[in-house]
This record gives sequence, structure tokens and C-alpha cells, in this order.
Amino acid sequence: MIRFEHVFKRYPERGEALTNINFEMKVGEMAFLTGHSGAGKSTLLRLIGLLERPSRGQILVNGRNLATLPRRQIPYHRRQVGMIFQDHRLLPDRSIFDNVALPLVVTGLGQKEVGRRVRAALDQVGLLKRERATPVALSGGEQQRVGIARAIVGRPPVLLADEPTGNLDPDLSREIFELFERFQYVGVTLLIATHDLALVNSMQHRTFTLEDGRLLNDTGRW
Amino acid sequence: MAKKRSRRQRGPRLLDLPGIWFSQHLQSAIATLGRLMDSPLPTGMTVAVIGISLALPAALYVLADNLRTMAGGWDQSAAISLFLQYETNDTDANAVAGQLRGWTEIAQVQMITREKALDEFRALGGFEEALEQLKNNPLPVVLAIYPRNEYSAPAQLETLQNKLLALPQVDFARMDTLWLQRFQAILDLIQTGVLLLGGLLGMGVLLIVGNTIRLEILNRRIEIEIMELVGATASFIRRPFLYAGAWYGLLGGLTAWLLVTLAILLLQGSVSRLASLYRSEFALSGLGFSAMGIILIGSILLGLIGSWIAVNRHLRGAELG
Repeated sequence: MIRFEHVFKRYPERGEALTNINFEMKVGEMAFLTGHSGAGKSTLLRLIGLLERPSRGQILVNGRNLATLPRRQIPYHRRQVGMIFQDHRLLPDRSIFDNVALPLVVTGLGQKEVGRRVRAALDQVGLLKRERATPVALSGGEQQRVGIARAIVGRPPVLLADEPTGNLDPDLSREIFELFERFQYVGVTLLIATHDLALVNSMQHRTFTLEDGRLLNDTGRW
Repeated sequence: MAKKRSRRQRGPRLLDLPGIWFSQHLQSAIATLGRLMDSPLPTGMTVAVIGISLALPAALYVLADNLRTMAGGWDQSAAISLFLQYETNDTDANAVAGQLRGWTEIAQVQMITREKALDEFRALGGFEEALEQLKNNPLPVVLAIYPRNEYSAPAQLETLQNKLLALPQVDFARMDTLWLQRFQAILDLIQTGVLLLGGLLGMGVLLIVGNTIRLEILNRRIEIEIMELVGATASFIRRPFLYAGAWYGLLGGLTAWLLVTLAILLLQGSVSRLASLYRSEFALSGLGFSAMGIILIGSILLGLIGSWIAVNRHLRGAELG
């Protein structure tokens, strides 16, 4: 589902962020991406979501070669990749419903179908009753779950999460990770960047470790 | 059932695409209008500025249009009014007219007998009492001379006038068209002014809309970023801004029309009073249908172009982080 072949990413200001990354993830696989801050975790995820392009090498996602993907196709690629951020990236002046509906609205889906799918997504993260609230009225954990609902509402085959539990206490973090596992069961490929090693070790999934932009350790498929 | 349904609706079918396109546009247009109405004060101010900018050339156009209508009525009047000696009677006058009809410069001669002139004068009103006092008709016979088109240039008319003055029965000859031609030139000047002013203020509208949309884009940076993250196409993101520009244009155009119409209504009373003093039925005409159409279409286009410029400058290349 995701394949990296000799991927390099170099920034003019910062130098090399990723050096010769090679790995492959199968459909329905769930993996963690660990490493210190600045090790290149976010950069790697950004490359998969085509928020950035690699300096060298090839990335294939769902059979698409991102290197040759024309600019105009980028939005359609992003609809295949749900992204979850540490800071949630919600719209503060819109209701939870509208926030979650955004990925569907941009595809031009009909209102009825949008409503149905948004409620299904909110139901999965346990926030069905809060659809009228605005993000500020929600706790950090709830906001993160809204972010997750938004990422899964378009039913993308790939889900990326960048420090999704960075600001949450251990119990909430575990809840969120268990939610991710449920998506894995239905065939979603998940790559989760985190530095919560205790949680990673307790969950027994494939784990990539990045250090200074190099892939140090890959536990292989669990 | 649920599974079948979800599979069917996973992606839009090709046949549905025109419908989706249309409904997306409609939705975007209405949503954009709603957003503009959510902040009535700033929207109203922008619309008012556009409206006033467009009302100025529109008002000038109405002025020129009305002056032209007014002048149109005078175009039929004779180029030269020939006042015969007081002693000349109708029979002699007829002879003179007949003689003049033979001249190559003259297309038509119309005789206004003394009685007819008196009747007309009476009909003008206000003079009845004065006329009652008079024993005799004080008015001379007048011959209205209509020259051929080839001979109606100012210099030629002057030659003709001198030729007519040389006739023994003629008292004096008044040229009626020279000032009309001057008036026509002034009208042309105003018309050019309308175009110039319209062009300048149109540029102003372009800048106003462009700047308003630019600020709107900056205000909604985060929202735009998030929309890009979840897979919104560039055209989807641009659409509301372009619609906002078109709405600004439309509302501004309507405001301009309203302002001009109000001004005409306010002026109508005093104009008809003035006209009645001149015994004229003249009434101000407003912006016609076609002029209004031009203003509205023009203002929508200006709004659209203004926002298009802003969108192209400020919503470019955000697709890649």
C-alpha cells in the first residue's frame, strides 16, 4: 500500500531530513513511526500525504507513483489519505459536524449522504451527541477524536497520524490507539508517528525507528 | 443493503457529474451570499463604495441621455427663421416662399401666416391679456427654411443667411441650428466624459473588490489550508471567492441603479416644474433597461475580474505545503 524506494528529502535551510528511506507496508497493516523530535517523522508523513515532494527516490501509495503525480491530481490523492495532526487542525468557528463533513463537502457529495456518513464517523469516535458543538467546547481528547472522524469520514485506504496523542494523558492515548486498531481490522493501512514508547511497546505492532533521518530499525511485520 | 449502497455511492458516477457540478456551484454561490450577509456592515460598506463609484458615470450617462432627448425635439426645427417685413401680406409671402423653393440650397419652405403665428402665440399662454389689448396682429409672416443636408454646415448656412437677407421683403433672418450644433458638441463631450469616468471608476471597483477579496483570503488562511489537506481542488477553494466578487459586483450595480433612480425621482419634481414654465411636457427619463443591463453585467464582470486577480495572486501554489 505504501512503498518507499531510496527516498531522500533535503531542505535548503536544514540540510538532509530523510536519508535513503526504504520500506513497504501491506494493505491493512498498522505501524508506528518513532524517533526523537526532528528525526524526520513528520517529514516522512508529509511526503506520503504529498504535502511535500521528496528530493530523490520514489514513493508509491495505493499503486500511485507520487513522483509523477501531476499537481492537479494532488487533491484526489489526498482524498485517499486521511491525516490526523497533533494540533487537530479543526476550524474553531464551525460545528463538529461541519468540521467532519469538510472532506466530503469538497468532493461534492450530496447533503443527505454527507449527513449519513458524518454521523457514522462521529459514532465511531463516540461523539455523535456533540455534532452541534464547536471545537472549543470540547476537551483535548474529544478534539482529537473529531480530527480522527474527519480523517476517516471519506473512508480512505490510508490513515496517517502525526503525534495524535501528544497532548493526551495515557488513558486517553490508549483509547485513541485502540480506535486505530479497529480501523486496521476493516483493512485501513495506518502509519502513526509517536514518541510514546511505552504505548508502542505495549501494543505490539510493526515499528519503524527514525534517527537523524535514517531508518534505524524496522521490526518487520508483526 | 447497506453495503451495496455504500459501494454504489463511494464515488460519483460519470452521469451524475454535471448535476454535481451545478449543485456545487449553486451551493457555493448561496453559501457565499450567506457569508457576505453574516457580516452586513463590512459587506454593506464595500457594496456602497462600488455603488457610488458606478452611480457617478451612470448619472452622467442619464444626464447626457436626457439632454439628447431634449435636443432631439429641436432637431426638427428649421435651420433659419425668416421674418418678413411687417407690411408683407400672405399673398406676397407665398410668392417669396415659391421663389425660395426654387433655390438649390433649400429643401423645404414652410410658411407661418400672421394668424397662425398669433394662434400659436396665444396657445403658449400668459399672453392672452396682452394680446387682447392690441388692435392689430403685431406678428410678421415667418418663413421656416429647411436647407438640404449638403448645405447645412455652419459656413454654408451663413452664406445662405446673407443671401436671404439681401431679399427686399426680408426683415431679418435668425439662424436656429448653430447653437444646436454647439449643444451637440457639448453632448459629445459629456459622452466622452462618461466613458472616461466610467473607465476610471471601473478600475477603482476592480481594486476595491480585489483588495476586499485579498483580505478575505488572508482571513481564511487556516480554513484554506485545511481544505487543501482534506483534498479540496484548487477550483473548489477559489470558487467562493470568485462568487463573492460577483456578488459584490451585482449588489454594487444594484446600489448604483438605486442611487441613480432615487436621484431622478428627487429631480423629477423640479424638472417638470421647470419644463412647465417653458410650456414643455419634458420628463426626465431614468436608466433604460439596456443601460441597467449594461451596468449590472459590467459590475458583475468587474467584481469577478477583481476577485479573479486577487485569487490568482494569493491562492497559488499552496497545494504543496
